Amino acid sequence: MNERLLAAWHLLPAYLGEHVLLSASALTLGIAISLPLALLAIRSARIRWPLLAVASLVQTIPSIALLALFYPLLLALSALSQQMFGVGFSALGFLPSLLALTLYSILPILRNSITGVMNLDPAVIEAARGVGMTDAQRLWRVELPLAAPMIMAGVRTSAVWVIGTATLSTPVGQTSLGNYIFSGLQVENWVAVLFGCAVAALLALVVDQLLGLIEAGTVKRSTWRVSLGLGLLILGCAVAVGPRLAKDAPSYVVGAKSFSEQYILSSLLADRIREQGQPAIRKTGLGSAIAFRALAGNEIDVYVDYSGTLWANVMQRTDRPSRQIVLRTTAQWLHERYGVELLGSLGFENAYALAMRRRHAEELGIRTIRDLAAHAANLKIGGDFEFFARPEWSALRDHYGLHFAARRQFQSTFMYKAASSGEVDVISAFSSDGRIAAEDLVVLDDPDQVLLPYDAVILLSPRRADDAVLRAALEPLLGKVSIELMREANMMVDRESDKLTPAAAARWLVQQIDAKSQ
Amino acid sequence: MSAADAFIRLDRVSVAFGPVTVVHDIELSVRRGEFIALVGASGSGKTTTLKAINRLVDISAGDVAVDGTSVASIEPYRLRRRIGYVFQGIGLFPHLSVAENIAITPRLLKWSEAQIAARVTELLELVDLPQTFATRRPAQLSGGQRQRVGVARALASRPAIMLMDEPFGALDPLTRDQLGTQYRRLHEQMQLTTVMVTHDVLEALLLADRIVVMRDGRIVANEAPHELLIGHHDAGVRALVDMPRRQAERVQALLQVRAVNGAGPQ
Repeated sequence: MNERLLAAWHLLPAYLGEHVLLSASALTLGIAISLPLALLAIRSARIRWPLLAVASLVQTIPSIALLALFYPLLLALSALSQQMFGVGFSALGFLPSLLALTLYSILPILRNSITGVMNLDPAVIEAARGVGMTDAQRLWRVELPLAAPMIMAGVRTSAVWVIGTATLSTPVGQTSLGNYIFSGLQVENWVAVLFGCAVAALLALVVDQLLGLIEAGTVKRSTWRVSLGLGLLILGCAVAVGPRLAKDAPSYVVGAKSFSEQYILSSLLADRIREQGQPAIRKTGLGSAIAFRALAGNEIDVYVDYSGTLWANVMQRTDRPSRQIVLRTTAQWLHERYGVELLGSLGFENAYALAMRRRHAEELGIRTIRDLAAHAANLKIGGDFEFFARPEWSALRDHYGLHFAARRQFQSTFMYKAASSGEVDVISAFSSDGRIAAEDLVVLDDPDQVLLPYDAVILLSPRRADDAVLRAALEPLLGKVSIELMREANMMVDRESDKLTPAAAARWLVQQIDAKSQ
Repeated sequence: MSAADAFIRLDRVSVAFGPVTVVHDIELSVRRGEFIALVGASGSGKTTTLKAINRLVDISAGDVAVDGTSVASIEPYRLRRRIGYVFQGIGLFPHLSVAENIAITPRLLKWSEAQIAARVTELLELVDLPQTFATRRPAQLSGGQRQRVGVARALASRPAIMLMDEPFGALDPLTRDQLGTQYRRLHEQMQLTTVMVTHDVLEALLLADRIVVMRDGRIVANEAPHELLIGHHDAGVRALVDMPRRQAERVQALLQVRAVNGAGPQ
C-alpha cells in the first residue's frame, strides 16, 4: 500500500471513532428533541408555524458558521457558570459541534413527522374518533404507526446531513473525518482528502441503508427488519466508539493551526514528548484564534504560535517595537494575564510578507513594497482568509498607500497557485513558506519595517507551565530551527511530487537538528 | 310520540361553526328499535345533526340525550364506544388486518382476547364475509367488502344505536341494494336503533320506518314512508318524494306494456 494511504489508514480508528460518536450523539439528541416538538406542533397550529419557521431558519445558516457561532456562545456561558457555580466547561471540541449538529438534525425529522401525521387520510382519523379512541390512543395506535415511514425518512435525511456536516467540526477542535480533509487540503495531500471524503460518504451510505431497513420494517410491519437495522446500528457505534473509551490514559495534547508548518511542528513536538516516554496526542486544524483560547483554557497543552500574531490579535497592540522587545513584552504579558508560558523562540520567523512572480517584479522594476505602491492600481492582490481583516494589512495599506485594482481571497494552498498562474499579481505570503521558492516568487522588502516580527515561539498552557517533561522535551529545540530548515521542511510537504507527510517531514527536521548539534 | 318514549332525543339543538349556524333549533325523537332516515340536499344539516348524537360535532344550544342521559355529561370517547358509526369514507385502519379493524372497539373496552376472537368470527358471518378474510389487509378488499367490514367494526361492541352517514353512497347500485337490505335485516335481528343519513330518497323509503326531511338546517317533514307518499303540504318535500314515485310508476308502466304485448319474461 502507498505510504500516504497507509498513514491515512492508521489514523482511521481515531478519526472514525470520534466522528461516529459525534454524529450518533447529535442524531440521538436531535430525535429526542424533534419528536416531542412534533407531537406538540401536530395538535396546535399556534406552535406549528413558528416552530417550523425557526427550524428552517437554522437550516439556512451555513453549517460552518453555525459551528463557529457556538464557540463564543459557549465561552460566555462557561465564564458565567464559572462565576456562578465555580465550574466551567470546554467551549471547544465536542460540545459546540454536538449542539450545532443537533440543531441541524432537527428540521427534517420535525417537518416529516408533522406532515406525516397531518396528511393522513381524514377518513381514517374520523374513524379513529368514531370508534371511541382518546386523543392519545389515536396518536399511538393510528397516527404514529401510519406516519412512521415518513418520520423514518426524515431521520434518514438528518443522518446523512449530520454525518456529512460533522466533517466541519475539525476547525472548532473536534476530531472527525474532517481532519483528513482539512489537513489534506493544507498540505496538498489529495490522497488524504479523498480518503476522508470516501470514508465519510461510505459511513453515510451504510447508516442510510440501515435506517432504510428500519423504514422498510415500519412500512411492512416487520419486526425483524426493525430489530436487525437497529441492532446493526448499535453494534456499529459500539465497534467504532469502543476503542476510544478504552484508551483513557491522560496524554499531552499538542495543538496545531491549519497549515503545513503547524502540522509539521506539532508532529515534531509530539515526537519529542514521546521520546520522554510520555503519551502525546495532537489536536490539529484549529482556527487561528481558537488555538490560543484552547491553550489558555488548558484544552491543549502546547503549540507553536508567532510573536506578531500574539502581539496584534491576543494583546490587541497596534504599536511596532523591535523584534526583541515584542518577544520579551509578549512573554511577560502572557504570563501575567493568562499564566501561559512562552518557552522560547524556535529560531525562525514566519512573517506576513508580500510576494510577486519574480519575472513580473523584474519587468516592473519592483523590489520593495514602496515600489509596488506606484503600480498597485494596475495589479490584483490575493490574500488568505484572514489577511485583509488583519492590522498588518491596514498598516501596510495606509503606510505605503497601496490601492489595488482588485482583491481576492483564497485558501492558502490555492493562493500560491493563483500567484504563479497570474490570476493575481501580489499575494500575502508567509516568509517561511517553501512555496515561495517553489513557485518562483520573490518577497518584497518592507523598507520602513511596517510589518511586525513573527518569531515562532513555543507556548505552554497554564496547567503545564512548569511541567518538567515538556521542558525536558522541548527546550533542546529552542533556537535550533533556522528559516532555511523550516522552508525546506515545508516544501517537502507542499511540493507537487514526492511529497512527504507532515510526520515524515518532522522526522527529517529532527535529524537535521540533531546532526547540527553534534 | 311523547318525549318520554324517546331513546334518542334532540331537544332544541342548534349547531354553529363559527359565525355560521348550520342546524337551527331541531326537535327530534327516535324510539328504541326505530330506523330513521335523514334526507335532504347537501348542506341541509343532516350529517351535522347525525354527528351531534355521538358528539363528533359540538352543539351550540339545546341538548342531546341517549336513553335519558344527556350526552354532554359523558366523555365523548366513552359515548362513541357505545354507539356504532359507519360512514361513506369507511376509514378502515390500513395498517391493521380485517380482524384487528373489527376488534378495535372491544380492545379499547379491554375485552379478553378469547371474547374478541369469538366476536370477530361471529361478525364476519353476520356481514356475510368468509372467515379467511380475517387476516387480510383493507387494501386487498373490494369497496363492498370494505363497507361490510366497516359495519362489522361498528357492531363489534354490541351497541344499541347505529349512526350511518351515507354508508352505501360510494358503492355500485347492485352492491348498494344488497348491503342495504342485509343491513335492514341485521337492524331487526339485533333490535338496533338506527339513524341513517342518505341523499337517496328511494333508499330511505325502502329501508326506513320514518323519514326526516331537512332543509337549511331545519326539519321540514317527519313522517312514515307511506304517509309521505300520500302527499305533503310542503312543495319541496312533495318534489323530493315525487321523483322516486314517478320513476316507480314509469317502471310499472313499462312492465304493463310488455305484459300486453305478450313479451313478458320467460
